Amino acid sequence: MRLQFSRKMLGIPYAVFLLFFVILPMLIILFYAFTDKEMHFTFENFVRFFSDPSKLSTIAYSLVIALITTLACLAIAYPVAYILARSRMKKKFVLLLLFVTPMWINFVLRVNAIRELLNWVGLLGEANYFNTIFGMVYDFLPFMILPVYTSLLKIDPSYYEASADLGAGWTRTFTRITLPLSMPGIMSGITMVFLPSMTNYVVSDMLGNSKVTIIGKFIYEYFGTNWNMGSMVALILLIVVFLSTWLTGGFKEEDTVRGANI
Amino acid sequence: MMNRKGILVNCCKAVFIGLVLLFLYAPILLLAVYSFIDTDVIGTTGEFSFVHYTALFTDAKVLEMIANTLVIAFVSAALSTILGTLGALGIYYSKKRAKTVMGAVNRIPIINAEIVTALALAIAFVVCAIPKSYFTLLVGHMVISTPFVVLSVMPKLKQMDNSLYEAALDLGASPAKALFRVVLPQIVPGVISGFMLAITLSLDDYIVTFYTRPNGFETISTYVFNATTRGNAQTAATLSSFWALTTIIFVLILLIVLISNLTGRKKEETR
Repeated sequence: MRLQFSRKMLGIPYAVFLLFFVILPMLIILFYAFTDKEMHFTFENFVRFFSDPSKLSTIAYSLVIALITTLACLAIAYPVAYILARSRMKKKFVLLLLFVTPMWINFVLRVNAIRELLNWVGLLGEANYFNTIFGMVYDFLPFMILPVYTSLLKIDPSYYEASADLGAGWTRTFTRITLPLSMPGIMSGITMVFLPSMTNYVVSDMLGNSKVTIIGKFIYEYFGTNWNMGSMVALILLIVVFLSTWLTGGFKEEDTVRGANI
Repeated sequence: MMNRKGILVNCCKAVFIGLVLLFLYAPILLLAVYSFIDTDVIGTTGEFSFVHYTALFTDAKVLEMIANTLVIAFVSAALSTILGTLGALGIYYSKKRAKTVMGAVNRIPIINAEIVTALALAIAFVVCAIPKSYFTLLVGHMVISTPFVVLSVMPKLKQMDNSLYEAALDLGASPAKALFRVVLPQIVPGVISGFMLAITLSLDDYIVTFYTRPNGFETISTYVFNATTRGNAQTAATLSSFWALTTIIFVLILLIVLISNLTGRKKEETR
């Protein structure tokens, strides 16, 4: 029997790839997270992770670092995006490009540049938590600027005019029109900054003088010693990711492409 | 007519934008300046020299890791682009159910924390008795970049005129010919931007590389990370050659941005 060609068959290689290298690894993690070293089913990994006081304090620190990073990014990115989106400049995309260009330099080299800067001003090894947050804000800022900018750009200018015609001042227009309509961009940005600041330990390792541990670093530590615990942490992160994308109404796919579409 | 308050507001805006740009560029410009000065410590004085550049280009290990980075980026991006474009076509032409499932699985590596993807892959390779090799590294890079290729091809497929493919078949083209001559030209912009994105993701990656690479394989990311955090075997001279590397990459990126925008503008003008 000869197989009839159909266009959907073109997706088979990628479906197989996803099955073996995305779904299967996730299932293996799920298995390890709920078994012990003898492969017996257990909830012990889960209980152990949440009953270790030193772990809990690290989780708390990590969450605070991620929260401050996200808020700082938002505080800087929102005005930037607002000014750019509302400017009447003809070539404002050039300005936007200036904000995105550093993102295309190798990530580790960028962190290294911050490291050299902090070393120069004498902060390296002195203010580990500040340095980590500083580096994270530096690295993740464009991830916040882009989605907020796109969402602000989508607002029909006639809304602003209507609001002004009806007698609303700048503050009222901002709180009643601009802010609510740019919420999807803000949410998108928050997810894209908060998650890496909880998990990307490159920044905290390079700038925190090995004194700052974030949740992602647990996985690194467990990878050498205890896969069951490592898988449990990974599973928890996975759940956090899916909950947050679900709660924030999902990310905008166009925002994840690093400004390649400007 | 702009009043005094308006001028003040505009000045504040310009100053703010300038300060944020300064924040973004200061570290890079600092390295760029010191890459031309023969000192190993930033802040000290020295003579103008290319010593960091010659150090960069004469260190065999450094050259090797640069080559490794570029090769894996191009190979993984090329394979991801083929796989992702086929995947996007397959998803686009599938029935609703398969479409939803594939789309959802495609999003997993995108929204997942990189460390989770990396750990899952590393454990899966061990469980399936696949030793770490160039193959595992390649798979790791493809897992993070292929979903983005699918995402950038998808919108082009949705904009496409479907009747053209049918017309090609009616006029006697084979399905393969119709795909290559009719469908592919329409989605080329998406394929190209997917390829570029795949290259950037691969060039940038540290975490997945660390968990999937064969022993002794270094990319720019792993090499620089090791040199700065461990700091044992590496000398200050190696660290300062990274200033030169950062400067070169920065200049290259500026050129690419500049060229692509100049040509992009031209295209629009001729349209």
